[in-house]
Amino acid sequence: MIRVVLPAHLKMHASVNGEVRLDVEGAITQRSVLDALEDSYPMLRGAIRDHATKRRRPFLRFFACQQDLSHEPPDAPLPDAIATGAQPFLIVGAIAGG
Amino acid sequence: MPARPGTGRGTANPAAGAISVVATSEASMTGVRVLVGTRKGAFILESDGGRKAWNVSEPHFGGWELYHLKGSPADPKRIYASQSSGWFGQQIQRSNDGGKTWEAVDNTFAYDGVPGTHQWYDGTPHPWEFKRVWHLEPSLTDPDTVYAGVEDAALFRSTDGGKSWKELSGLRGHGSGPHWQPGAGGMCLHTILLDPVEPKRIFIAISAAGAFRTDDGGETWKPINKGLHSQYIPDPTAEVGHCVHRLAMHPTRPNVLFMQKHWDVMRSNDAGASWHEVSGNLPTDFGFVIDVHAHEPETIYVIPIKSDSEHFPPDGQLRVWRSRSGGNEWEPLTKGLPQANCYVNVLRDAMAVDTLDSCGVYFGTTGGQVYASADGGDTWDAIVRDLPPVLSVEVQTLK
Repeated sequence: MIRVVLPAHLKMHASVNGEVRLDVEGAITQRSVLDALEDSYPMLRGAIRDHATKRRRPFLRFFACQQDLSHEPPDAPLPDAIATGAQPFLIVGAIAGG
Repeated sequence: MPARPGTGRGTANPAAGAISVVATSEASMTGVRVLVGTRKGAFILESDGGRKAWNVSEPHFGGWELYHLKGSPADPKRIYASQSSGWFGQQIQRSNDGGKTWEAVDNTFAYDGVPGTHQWYDGTPHPWEFKRVWHLEPSLTDPDTVYAGVEDAALFRSTDGGKSWKELSGLRGHGSGPHWQPGAGGMCLHTILLDPVEPKRIFIAISAAGAFRTDDGGETWKPINKGLHSQYIPDPTAEVGHCVHRLAMHPTRPNVLFMQKHWDVMRSNDAGASWHEVSGNLPTDFGFVIDVHAHEPETIYVIPIKSDSEHFPPDGQLRVWRSRSGGNEWEPLTKGLPQANCYVNVLRDAMAVDTLDSCGVYFGTTGGQVYASADGGDTWDAIVRDLPPVLSVEVQTLK
């Protein structure tokens, strides 16, 4: 079971409270986790990754296990603690504005 | 995906004044729903036909920018909303119950084919990139058909209630697209007027390209900017490049168009084939909004703004100016509006009218006020005062 924490705006948009829990088949990577997230919550398509290029939106970051994984390749394996569900995969909105 | 509830409705806003007993038969049989888009959410204001007491909803989509909401003329319960964020991109929301619950529909706005380039601010070619939906215009006859004007400028259409979108690419492809250049607010397609008499005729406007018209339902387009004079472009009378801020028409007379340009208030009597200036005695002819009285096609409204560098009213006085002669002769409307120390702006999509017998006129400000007049502009009240900056105002007359 993969645990994902959404930023507040996307929790509201997807009508979820707390963490999202996902069953992910195969390798646990950014791509497979985000694919599963968007399959479960189609309204999040385009809100985290560009529809066409699947690139991370510029003002979002991916954190896990006290690391910034935003610039890791999308098919790189995520840490074991994410794969086992011990730690959540964090999708974080950049702090910007006054 | 299932519809989900919006946030609950608040009680009548104290800012709207005391609740009044409404005596007229029109008031008891009709109602008005005002759809307000702001920098931090959408608000729905409702009143009966008396338009004295208003119920103000709590925010819908709090924290998101709501560039525009508009109801279907064919089914007032159907409302479309453009919800966007610099962080999370574009969403389109649809309501089938007058804004009580909402459903996220498709948010894929893919340009047709190879998008190509337009001019960037420095004159270099820049790839067309989707940024947001500025304006949603539901069909006059079909609740499932809706047009979307987007930045970078293009027109999309959905015929399935927002479940999918297709670009009407003849607009960008007609020839002048590579020469379009963004205005300070971005290269946005912000105005869509559907001709109620000629169903295949559509007028649109782009900042800063100008106005365009199709007569074949969006397949082919032509610029309609003859008569515009813009000193901020190299050729002031060029075919494209004009910063049109807003177009308006009266539905019974769609060949007559009114335009608030960056500077200049303009009029066309021939469906945009030619324009002439009608700024007349306005204190400044810069501004964003323009609209037409629901029952008097020659009565029009603008809100003059001091200049393109000072986006607030002249002399700190918020004044709507009304012409009863289709332009040139204007009168200031001040009763109920702040006449000192007022430095708000009124953005291009933030004025609308209702169609009750005594026409209501509404506008929202960047200071978060929504003002309404139930008597065609003679007197005004703030029906809500402290919203986030208002981006758009639309009105549904419910009968």
